[in-house]
Amino acid sequence: MLLVEAWQFIVAHPARFFGALYIHVALSAAALGLAIAIAVPTGVLLADKARATLLAITAANIGRTLPSLAVLALVMPILGTGFMPSLFALTLLALPPILINTCTALRQVDPDMVDAARGMGMTRAQIMRRVELPVAMPVIFAGIRTASVQVVSGAVLAAYIGGGGLGDFITAGIAMMAMPQLLVGAIPATLLAIGADRLFGYLQHALTPLGMRPR
Amino acid sequence: MKWLRNNWDQVLTALGEHIVISFTSVAIAFALSLAIGIWAARSERAFRWSLAVSGFLYTIPTLAFLALLIPIVGLGKTNAIICMVAFSLMIMIRNVATGLREVPAEVIDAARGMGMRRGEILARIELPMALPVIVAGLRIATVTVISVAVVAAYINAGGLGTLIFSGISNDFAPKIWVGALTACALAVAADLGLASVERWLRRRTA
Repeated sequence: MLLVEAWQFIVAHPARFFGALYIHVALSAAALGLAIAIAVPTGVLLADKARATLLAITAANIGRTLPSLAVLALVMPILGTGFMPSLFALTLLALPPILINTCTALRQVDPDMVDAARGMGMTRAQIMRRVELPVAMPVIFAGIRTASVQVVSGAVLAAYIGGGGLGDFITAGIAMMAMPQLLVGAIPATLLAIGADRLFGYLQHALTPLGMRPR
Repeated sequence: MKWLRNNWDQVLTALGEHIVISFTSVAIAFALSLAIGIWAARSERAFRWSLAVSGFLYTIPTLAFLALLIPIVGLGKTNAIICMVAFSLMIMIRNVATGLREVPAEVIDAARGMGMRRGEILARIELPMALPVIVAGLRIATVTVISVAVVAAYINAGGLGTLIFSGISNDFAPKIWVGALTACALAVAADLGLASVERWLRRRTA
């Protein structure tokens, strides 16, 4: 019955629902995009420097332990409330898994393979672009997949600092103890997280070089 | 930090609550995962199904999960604990099962040759050898649970999130700082503490 009432709520307030859904997706996609744009090049730049890589991985590991809500809450006194502070906090949350996976994936590329490429006369940049990155791609995408689920989940919490999104229905639902409204936020947010996980799982498979796919 | 000096007892209470609900949830989840993990190490079907179901639970956004439980169990600690247990299952089942599977078959064979029964092999050979991997899972699960417990304050489960939420609603920054930084410190401390246990176990079993 709650499900029917939740559906009726969506039908009665389509603009509010789709507006929140849109903000949720936009916030998550922007944060994930920014994090990829920062973390992957950083990992590539650090690839040759063993000590810098270790330092980056250690820092990212500490970053990964920080509670999402704590990060969002800490951003608020500094940057205020709204979409941009939420975007900043979510980008920070998405960085560690992508950076860790990029660094470890590039370090695990078979040195013989790099040697062979060098023997074929490839330059350093060509080796990175045509050998190392494609081989590292599955692991990098595993990191992006983890980050995507974290960002979609974190975006629910963005409602607390005025970031909007589906979390608004949940917080309002809890405040008024209105069960249908609670579900209007919670169910689509869950589906979105699972969808992101599936999407990046598929991309991870599709971007794996043919010769490396499990048979 | 005048607020902290005048209210440190409030912070300590919140920290205590946070540790108690986190510890309770991890303990329950650990017991469940151990049982499911041992079963999953024995059967491929059980492995795949338990990981698919617990992986699904793990993907649900924290606040959405807490919200979905409200119509069933209402607000409060029970709701929060169910949610935290559900979140940590996947991590620990995966590590218990893979830890047990990585025990070399020859070692188990040797134990059988010495006349050990299945239960004895599990308790005296397999579990001790899998312990570093199991503790690695316990470590990730503990950090996750501490994180989730911050959000759980919103549904009246207490803990450090209480300070953050009241700071947000009163627009009082010091309370947010204290709550958030204490939560971060607790998560990092738990992570480092369990990491050193893990290292110690690895050295011992190696």
